[in-house]
Amino acid sequence: MASSDSATAPADHKRPRGLAPFLRSQMRNIAPFLTLIFLSAFFAIASPSFATIDNVGNILTQVSVTGIIAVGLTFVILCAEIDLSIASIANVTGIAVAYFTLQESYVNIANVPMPGIVAILLALALCALLGLVNALGLTMIGIPSFIMTLAMMQIAAGVSALLVRGQIAYKVPDLITTLGSGSIGGIPWIVIVAAVMLLGGHLVLTYTRFGRYVYMVGGNREAAEFAGLNVKLILGSVMVISAVCSGIGGMLGVAHFGSAQQNEFDTYLLDSIAAVVVGGTSLFGGRGGIGNTIVGLFVLGVLNNGLDHVNIDSFLKILIRGLILLAALIINVYAQRLREQAAD
Amino acid sequence: MASAGVVRGLPSPLPLAGDADARPARGGWGLSPRYNSRREPPTPTLPRKREREPTADAVATPISYAIALMSQGRSPILELNQITKAFGGVEALRGVDFALHAGEIHGLVGENGAGKSTLMKIIAGVHPEFSGRFMLDGKETRFRSTRDAHAAGIGMVHQELSVAPDLTVAENVFLGNQPTNRLGFVQWRRMAREAGEQLSRFGIDVDPMTRLGDLPIGLQQLIEIARVLFSGARIIILDEPTSALSPPEVERLFATLHKLRNEGTSIVFISHFIEDILRVSDVVTVFRNGRKIAETASADTTKGALIEAMIGRGGEALEHSYTDDLMLPQSGAGAAVLKVDRLSLRRSLQDVSFEARAGEVLGIYGFMGCGQLELSRILFGKQRPDGGTLAVDGTARTFRSTAAARRAGVALVPESRRAMLFHQEPVYKNISISVLDRISALLLKPVRERAIAQRQVEQLQIRPPVVGLDLGMLSGGNQQKVALAKWLTYPPRLLVLCEPTRGMDVGAKNDVINIVRDLRAKGLAIIVLSTEPETVLSLADRILVLKRGAVVREFAGEAVSKDRLLEAA
Repeated sequence: MASSDSATAPADHKRPRGLAPFLRSQMRNIAPFLTLIFLSAFFAIASPSFATIDNVGNILTQVSVTGIIAVGLTFVILCAEIDLSIASIANVTGIAVAYFTLQESYVNIANVPMPGIVAILLALALCALLGLVNALGLTMIGIPSFIMTLAMMQIAAGVSALLVRGQIAYKVPDLITTLGSGSIGGIPWIVIVAAVMLLGGHLVLTYTRFGRYVYMVGGNREAAEFAGLNVKLILGSVMVISAVCSGIGGMLGVAHFGSAQQNEFDTYLLDSIAAVVVGGTSLFGGRGGIGNTIVGLFVLGVLNNGLDHVNIDSFLKILIRGLILLAALIINVYAQRLREQAAD
Repeated sequence: MASAGVVRGLPSPLPLAGDADARPARGGWGLSPRYNSRREPPTPTLPRKREREPTADAVATPISYAIALMSQGRSPILELNQITKAFGGVEALRGVDFALHAGEIHGLVGENGAGKSTLMKIIAGVHPEFSGRFMLDGKETRFRSTRDAHAAGIGMVHQELSVAPDLTVAENVFLGNQPTNRLGFVQWRRMAREAGEQLSRFGIDVDPMTRLGDLPIGLQQLIEIARVLFSGARIIILDEPTSALSPPEVERLFATLHKLRNEGTSIVFISHFIEDILRVSDVVTVFRNGRKIAETASADTTKGALIEAMIGRGGEALEHSYTDDLMLPQSGAGAAVLKVDRLSLRRSLQDVSFEARAGEVLGIYGFMGCGQLELSRILFGKQRPDGGTLAVDGTARTFRSTAAARRAGVALVPESRRAMLFHQEPVYKNISISVLDRISALLLKPVRERAIAQRQVEQLQIRPPVVGLDLGMLSGGNQQKVALAKWLTYPPRLLVLCEPTRGMDVGAKNDVINIVRDLRAKGLAIIVLSTEPETVLSLADRILVLKRGAVVREFAGEAVSKDRLLEAA
């Protein structure tokens, strides 16, 4: 082969090094972490009751359901898609598992009691089915995920409404009750489940072929297709994963709250998206991961919890959360631009 | 440059000065065909000389030369001093001076990554951050955005098409400054009329109210160029404007450029087609490695001299003009790997039948929009044909996805690097992406991946040879090699290459040609689709000419030349 020095860029063999470029390229990872440290320090100083072991336990428990839902959502956002049906699917799955469980006599729901394990499997099958509908709408029909999952949000809410008909169910299978509200050695099971699922999500994304495909599809979908990847299969899979994670979150959430009813999970939609995005996972896909989501969860958890510890107008809390989310979005988009410039 | 001769076994090219000495009568004219063509017919002893001289251009040139000379004495309208610009630690421009005069067409040549586009993006306000002095009309200026540059009368046509496909042709022509009445409402009828007039001045005959995305790509590009040309800008920058245009369209573009130039507009023209640069521009500047190497009147230089300045070594042997006949080999190829029978796709393809054989490079040539891209997509399962069949190794196939095509042994390298590579990912992940399912069932094997990538990087001489580097840090030519590399670890049965050397410099082009020949020797069936006759001629053993979606001519075992190809298409 003839020479190829002509094809060499000006500063080849010199990898750009130095602290500033490194920090710039890592901004999406550093900024959320700094936010977390800053918020923790602020609340620790502002309130003596914030930085206690008990309160750390509280925060962990408070973010657990969001964390479980956010695992699946991280996959979806890494693929540059979105899932707006997570909260509704969580809700309907929680309601379904209660629907298949024998309720106390005063609960006025025409339910279908099943053995505990069957109830759980049926509920899981339901959320997987709803995720599959999302997947088919997105990949086969070509409906943008934003719209497809918006429709699914309504569908799942509709199924929930039909199942409970405005009533409240209380009982869920024992296994779910234990995982949702029990604890072992002082550690709530729900925290353990969230930790295991986050860890599992991280391992899948980092060490498996499927995880690599998720990043590649998110990084450049067209290139992934030209590399001979089955992009539709991968996109479909992440929608199902997201729905199943939401379903698990919903079942444990019902046990955690002690009741299953309509609109119980509405705030979890925004919280889960916020956790993923605040953590620094790119809305444009291909960058970020479960590590980012964990940091994002803690930022939100510390914020929500800390605001309760300081004396602050509870209505102002909502505004502050909104502003923090806006700041995170600005950093998210800005970090993307810095990276693109570096790679230009 | 002086040591050009004996690089790596290339035949030693004649130094240009010696060339001129040998023929003193012509030496005095410079070797440019532009100024002697009317007096002296080109001789076959100088293969790089163009055979056909467009007469309109030839008549126009003495005037242009006079203008170029005149402008030397005047102060430039745009002057840049010591411009330096770095991206993430890589210096793209190093202390470049550049001056542009009124009524001048300024050609820029240089390899990929030499800094041409970066400099032009600085002028157009795309890169507001750089060091150095930027003088417009003798006053120091700093553009903070493209809007500032636009307001100062600078318009740029970027290399990548940037149009709004869902808007009408008229809206695209007037993008950003639609004519409005006093109340601020858009005057649709006036806009359509004026857009139609402007476009027909440019020889484009389309209904201004058609949706732009419904037109062929070449026409879209022409309309984008027209938008900038007629925007009233006094400095116009064209970055590779001709790559998607057919020869008649190029002619029209050049005529328009000359007209605008004579009206006093300054034009910067970037192209890999050095013949185009020599024909259209008054002054040529050569870039290499982020530096300005030379600036000369187009009349005083030649293609060979420019190539030599661009790549810093004797490059003539690498760049054939292909104006002479080239003998295609008698068929010595093996069994048919791919059989395509009466393939059709709506408006793009009609009853296309052919076969690709093992150990043979099949070239498919045609103008932009002749259906090549659609054909490549069908072969790789990205698009489904309306009719017809294709068979790989004798088995009929209907690919439901690109994954299915890959499993059947088909590989595709598409024409756009943006579309086929992961710029934010390291080189090794770009290379291993297509083999992951063969080296790992569930868990990734990063060590194995890196080893595979390292081997390909060494074999294809990808620079820099660091598999962990982000792909975006590589030059265009090296990125193209990475795109090839991902298919070579487990070679496919059929490799489809779209525009494998488009936008590449001479050295990288030659590397790609050698890689393809190696693969052919290994028994792959290779299909090369290109709109550049040179690409097809330099690679193919057999050539099909595609015209408006139909195969109109096959060249096999016979003499072929650029002229004959163009004639057939």
